[in-house]
Amino acid sequence: MSAITSYTQVRPYTRGWLALMAGLGAVIAVALGAVWHMEHQGHWVTGMTNQVVWGLPHVFAVFLIVAASGALNVASMGSVFGRVGYQPLGRLSALLAVALLAGGLAVLVLDLGRPDRLSVAMTHFNFKSIFAWNVILYSGFMAVVAAYLWTMMDWRAKRFYKPAALAAFGWRLILTTGTGCIFGFLAAREAYGAAVMAPLFIAMSFAYGLAAFILVLSLSFKMTRRSMGDALPARLVRLLGLFVAANLYFTALHHVTQLYFAGRSGVEAFILWNGGIHTALFWGGQVGLGGILPLAVAYGGCGHAPRKRAMMASVMVVLGGLAQVWVIVIGGQAWPLDLFPGMEASSTFADGHVHDYAPSAWEVMLGLGGIAIALVVTTLGITALRLLPAHLGEATGSCRSPD
Amino acid sequence: MGALAVLITLLALPAFAADLPQWPKAKGEACIAANDVMRREHPDMLKHQRDDTLRLGIRGAKASLKACVECHAATSADGHAVPVDAPGQFCQSCHSYVAVKPDCFECHATTPKATVREASR
Amino acid sequence: MINRRHMILASGAMLVAAPATARQAGQPASAAQRWGLLIDTSKCGVECTVCVEACKAEMGLSGHDRPRTDAQYVRKVNVRDPATGAAHSVPVMCQHCAKPPCVDVCPTGASMKRADGIVLVDRHICIGCRYCMMACPYKARSFAHEDQSGQQPHLPRGKGTVEGCTLCVHRIDEGKPPACVEACAARARGAMLFGDLNDPKSEIAQKVAREATTRIRADLGLEPGVRYQGI
Repeated sequence: MSAITSYTQVRPYTRGWLALMAGLGAVIAVALGAVWHMEHQGHWVTGMTNQVVWGLPHVFAVFLIVAASGALNVASMGSVFGRVGYQPLGRLSALLAVALLAGGLAVLVLDLGRPDRLSVAMTHFNFKSIFAWNVILYSGFMAVVAAYLWTMMDWRAKRFYKPAALAAFGWRLILTTGTGCIFGFLAAREAYGAAVMAPLFIAMSFAYGLAAFILVLSLSFKMTRRSMGDALPARLVRLLGLFVAANLYFTALHHVTQLYFAGRSGVEAFILWNGGIHTALFWGGQVGLGGILPLAVAYGGCGHAPRKRAMMASVMVVLGGLAQVWVIVIGGQAWPLDLFPGMEASSTFADGHVHDYAPSAWEVMLGLGGIAIALVVTTLGITALRLLPAHLGEATGSCRSPD
Repeated sequence: MGALAVLITLLALPAFAADLPQWPKAKGEACIAANDVMRREHPDMLKHQRDDTLRLGIRGAKASLKACVECHAATSADGHAVPVDAPGQFCQSCHSYVAVKPDCFECHATTPKATVREASR
Repeated sequence: MINRRHMILASGAMLVAAPATARQAGQPASAAQRWGLLIDTSKCGVECTVCVEACKAEMGLSGHDRPRTDAQYVRKVNVRDPATGAAHSVPVMCQHCAKPPCVDVCPTGASMKRADGIVLVDRHICIGCRYCMMACPYKARSFAHEDQSGQQPHLPRGKGTVEGCTLCVHRIDEGKPPACVEACAARARGAMLFGDLNDPKSEIAQKVAREATTRIRADLGLEPGVRYQGI
């Protein structure tokens, strides 16, 4: 099917293209300015402290990295699972995966205490560290997906198409497992410390990645006046609903497990009931906006056109996803470490009480910069290479049968 | 090739123009090695020593940044030790001449022990 | 050849009654030793911060009057049993675990355990990712949130890297006890005992063999080198 899809580059230097790039460039410039300020002054100018050591930059970074592996799913649906209707979207899917990962890693690296020592991270490996494994998994993901993209675009590499697709799919599952394990392997942090973090992160990646893909696909088609038809968005939004449901399922599983352990009731009460902003973001953001509403939009009787529904649901999933990562990263740290279980503790080092965290403007700028980097990479990719289908309307309409 | 040589010479001109670095006299009688060896090899010496001392716990090595500072930190007229990374001092004079920024003093003390210095910048 | 530096080291070792002898120059730390602390919290006053102050002076922790971001290598944690009302004041520092999670998670190997069980940060290769701070159950580490000044020659510390209690490794290598232990003995009630847990003749090894001691969060199985009595 993909053989007869024609792909065309996006025409550069048009007024809209220049405006888009200028806008994104400005966001990146602001982010770099914020990085310079944070690194020059030190992290005390951020909201991060010795208690909440990972802040808003990590929320954006984890979201983007998780979404990156999920964005590749559309390509995998076409190649690994043989859904022909998704095959024309494979190229954009691979590009978006690389772009989102680049944005996420940029945020992560620029928030390091010593970003100038990136070369140290690339040359010194502690193989017992899941973080070190992630350095390898992330760089490897870029390479594997680039090779996969090549096999999609070069007919001479066609015989490597299936193996590359399988490798990329396997790699992305391991990568997201690794990201989940960053949190899952922390025995002393009561909010995590469970293997369910890995499948939860995989479900999150499916949802965030597809939502990001739908948004980029719809916007790029709209801005370059390509026709899409209604069949594809209708199918994509149903798939998104499935992933959102999986995310809700693992979230519920995680919290029910936690509630069952008597010792974890404190942290659960904090996240689910009396944690202020974290509780609000959990119920309002993660569960409501990012879970139940998109499910209703995907499967319910919302009267809008499929394309509009797909867009609406995707925006909700992205916003709800950011809230979910906030609850995991920040909420999990806000709950104090329990050095003396069963005892009340206090100290000059904030032992025994909930830590507050308010992100600084610098961190917001850096996080948005990561999104802008991902969008610039995407735009440059579809401008330089033939990744975007010229149109999708009839092609997807005619291949609904194998579905 | 010739053009390249001219270019390099032109780029290097400011270095010829700058005054040769000068620094205060050291306290000790002799360094642990000859000047030309020290100038060329002190980064390697210190890097080797830092890993041995910190990671393996080997103390009393011949090369030691602490010993460098003890010997080479000048004393000002009012009796205070002058940081070795201050302009014109032992480390900084050469390093600014060759335009290499050492990372050592992000963390390491720039004066010998037992001097009280101002709290924060 | 003995240079000036060696003379200084030697003179320092002779001045203080040493619980152990200084290691020979050129000798690496050995796994034959396992340095540890035994802290009797029944001797710890609620208001007493002698160990904390001694640590700050020894390590050159000047601080910036920003409690949320200033480094603390040792802190007094006041604990109270809500069921009985029993209260203690516990000095908590890096517990120098035999199986330190901070070392496991560090991507570059900057977080490390020396052969004699002392857990350190190699700030030469620390990239400031703070994953060790996420992993440590004792909240024993701090991140240098700004430019530092007033460093002691024996304790380099700087912006953008993680730091924590070194068990005064620079003093131990000279045959001296950690600064907190020395200060507690001199100016407080001598609640802290330092020594080699592997040496059956040492006071600490004999005491932990004879009396009941506990470790903070022993359930995590990290086998800390710091033991407590009275909590």
